Amino acid sequence: MDFATFLIQCLNSLQYGLLLFLVASGLTLIFGIMGVINLAHGSFYMIGAYMAFALAPVVATTFGGGFFATLLVGTVLAVALGYVLEWVFFSFLYEREHLQQVLMTYGLILVFEELRSLAVGDDVHGVQPPEILAGTLPLGEMMTYPVYRLFVSGVCLALAIGMWFVFTRTRLGMMIRAGSTNREMVQSLGIDIKFLYRVVFAAGVAIAVLAGMVAAPVSSVYPGMGNSVLIICFVVVVIGGIGSIRGALLAALLIGAVDTFGKVLLPQAAGVLVYVLMALILLWKPDGLFKAA
Amino acid sequence: MSAMNNLDRSKAAFVAACFAALALLPLLTGSYGVDLVTKIMVYAIFALSLELLVGATGLVCFGQAAFFGIGAYAAVLLSPASEAAGLWWLLPVSIVAAAMYALAVGALSLRTKGVYFIMVTLAFAQMAYYVVHDTPLGGGTDGIYLYVKPALGSLIDLDSSLTLYFFTLACLVAAFAFLAVLLRSRFGRALAGIRVNEQRMRATGFSTYPYKLAAFTLSGGIAGLAGFLFAVKDGFVNPELMSWHLSGAVLIMIILGGIGHLRGALIGAFAFALLQEFFKSEAIFGAFAKHWHLGLGLTIIASVALLPRGLVGLPGQWRERLVGRNRVPSASKEALGEA
Repeated sequence: MDFATFLIQCLNSLQYGLLLFLVASGLTLIFGIMGVINLAHGSFYMIGAYMAFALAPVVATTFGGGFFATLLVGTVLAVALGYVLEWVFFSFLYEREHLQQVLMTYGLILVFEELRSLAVGDDVHGVQPPEILAGTLPLGEMMTYPVYRLFVSGVCLALAIGMWFVFTRTRLGMMIRAGSTNREMVQSLGIDIKFLYRVVFAAGVAIAVLAGMVAAPVSSVYPGMGNSVLIICFVVVVIGGIGSIRGALLAALLIGAVDTFGKVLLPQAAGVLVYVLMALILLWKPDGLFKAA
Repeated sequence: MSAMNNLDRSKAAFVAACFAALALLPLLTGSYGVDLVTKIMVYAIFALSLELLVGATGLVCFGQAAFFGIGAYAAVLLSPASEAAGLWWLLPVSIVAAAMYALAVGALSLRTKGVYFIMVTLAFAQMAYYVVHDTPLGGGTDGIYLYVKPALGSLIDLDSSLTLYFFTLACLVAAFAFLAVLLRSRFGRALAGIRVNEQRMRATGFSTYPYKLAAFTLSGGIAGLAGFLFAVKDGFVNPELMSWHLSGAVLIMIILGGIGHLRGALIGAFAFALLQEFFKSEAIFGAFAKHWHLGLGLTIIASVALLPRGLVGLPGQWRERLVGRNRVPSASKEALGEA
């Protein structure tokens, strides 16, 4: 492998890892703070990707269009979707056992997949990147790298930094961190924990949807894409330590690198490498790399 | 006390009535019904194996399909190509193969707890999945066929669908009886203790690890039995038998039926499979039957909202509504390892 190829694979693994981090961060927040195992989280990624495909013409006719307008409209819709979902389906689940939550969110996966099938059909679609980002950058003498992939990494990084800021530097972040440690105590301090949960859930959904929309031009848009990303994101969450954003970031980059380089160097064993890695890490550290504080 | 005994008796009567109905069913339905119910009974055995872990021991395993698949692959790979394999050795060997993998997986993954345990069991199941998926060992993604079904001399020939039906029913009854007795034994009580409070079990002098490992291995063996029956029934195995979708589906079955009760696994398997058949039926839904996931998903969501204890808890809920809450034995008492 020459240097340019190596560099391209590095960039690819970075982009994949950051994308995984976005989806996994919502999952780990919702699990760490609300104690809900949300199997439907992958569906939000799928919904996002289909939004990028199906919303674009609608946005084009009403707002004059553009990729970025679609992103904005999609994110607003996602926040609304998350807010309503938490209200209708999750607010009565917190007192129940984890397995009841698993059953409920499994039902939601089935419903989301079928609604998607009814709304836009079961075909595989491609989404074009916006024209400003459609070009390529030269890398070395022979290779080029698509600008759009760099854009994906940039968006993910910006969101990660934004999350870090909200978490460590704002009052809302303080309440969220406190809520994940001790729910009753936060409630007795006069903070509306139900509203806090709704905000966290809506934010988690919005981030997953945004990840799906941004990823749509890189990976094609296909039925079942939510399920495959869900399992990998659970792997990320567990390796990183449940509830830990920092752990999720590190684990996502690790998984991104192992998966990308595995496909190049050891194509026969690429699928299994991620799971071998997870088993090894958990046998070494049974609580993941970073236990949530 | 006598109220409890009555309740126990009514549970036993319910299970006995179910098995009797299953024994009489072939008189009423054609080959389609026999085939469908055979498949559901295989799932019921599979669900029972997971119930031993999740309901009785409190270990949520998300890799149960690996043991199912290993039982199925063992049945096909070990059968001679052109003559019927002897049931007397093939069945035990398939079960032991699955149990051995469960022993190895359990020995490692029982070091972790909670969600981490869920994910480690998934990881080991995925490893088994990729071994059959990506190597020529089991025919790769295409899977392999079982051309001649195993038999026991001229006594039992599993090629006949009716014989297979009754053989599966016998296996189901045996697995149910075995687990019911097991959970009432000292071993089963220790598992219940581990589920409720492992710390306290250790404090009272139980070394909990061997108990959990034994439960895990037994569960793997029973799942292997279900896999064996599935391979014999379909005459075909492919890697999808080990996919996490199947591990998830069997988990959904026991949650739907009601965790903490053996009959919950039976009810859940039947309810899940019959709901699928119902929503897939073109006679009822016409062209919309293509979207059968929608109905299934909505039913599952409704069942979570309305049935916090699963289908098994339904009579209790009705009784509470009729008699008032304080007259009924509490759910926690009921959940302590009764079948």
